Amino acid sequence: MRFGVVRFPGSCDEVDALHACRRFAEAELLWHGDRDLTGIDAVVVPGGFSYGDYLRVGAIARFSPMMEAVIDFAESGGPVFGICNGFQVLCEAGLLPGALLPNDSLRFVCRQVEVIVEATDTPFTRTCQPGERLSIPVKHTTGRYFAPAGTLPEDQIVLRYAPGQNPNGAMDDIAGVCNAGRNVMGLMPHPEHAVDPLTGSADGGRLFESLAMVPA
Amino acid sequence: MLIRPKAGILDPQGQAVERALPALGFEGVRNVHVGRLIELDVEDAGSLPEMCERLLANPLIEDYEIVEEAAA
Repeated sequence: MRFGVVRFPGSCDEVDALHACRRFAEAELLWHGDRDLTGIDAVVVPGGFSYGDYLRVGAIARFSPMMEAVIDFAESGGPVFGICNGFQVLCEAGLLPGALLPNDSLRFVCRQVEVIVEATDTPFTRTCQPGERLSIPVKHTTGRYFAPAGTLPEDQIVLRYAPGQNPNGAMDDIAGVCNAGRNVMGLMPHPEHAVDPLTGSADGGRLFESLAMVPA
Repeated sequence: MLIRPKAGILDPQGQAVERALPALGFEGVRNVHVGRLIELDVEDAGSLPEMCERLLANPLIEDYEIVEEAAA
């Protein structure tokens, strides 16, 4: 099983994501200007500031050659996992419902939060238990999830911030969602920064471990 | 193109500006919203709505308004 981790100009979490993937499977970096996904079983769109966050977060990255290939990959059922800026890019690409808005505090937040696993019938959470709490850090300025009424079915909410821990004003405490096909997921917390007890929590590894179970 | 946060979506930037104005003595200010202005020259103004829909605005969260000025 082989992960591909996209690197855009302005990405900054792709190396941690690569490291997280390699704890459970093989992994390689994918350059934003390429469009070759040969041999890749799952794509990670990592955090950072792709294309400088110009215009709107994720708006320009969505049109890169690699993202065009990732959109085709997702539409043919391939698993795609967007973290933070990657979540923003997947929303802009129309692969996930909704959008990410500036935090209600207008401040950058960087803290450990607990998220509750709301859905375990996804390739990203299948090693988790329903209602299980995962301790994962958030670090973002534009993480307030919003979906217009009627565009996000309840069963597509995969992760919620634990009560009282919503760091950004996200609608219904939503931390992560998936698409209707359940093969694309985005989340604001950073599981790739929580794969080793040395840094406080290894809970984030559960999501990569789940994905690594994708049949190669 | 004038791009604004959609009505009904929390606009913390607008709220922060609205709170700052009375601190300077400007009273009676309401409904402050902060958006973006994108200026461009274009040969075919007919393509502007599609530009807004596909890239310049995110129609889920933003409204846009096209203001045209003929070339001088």
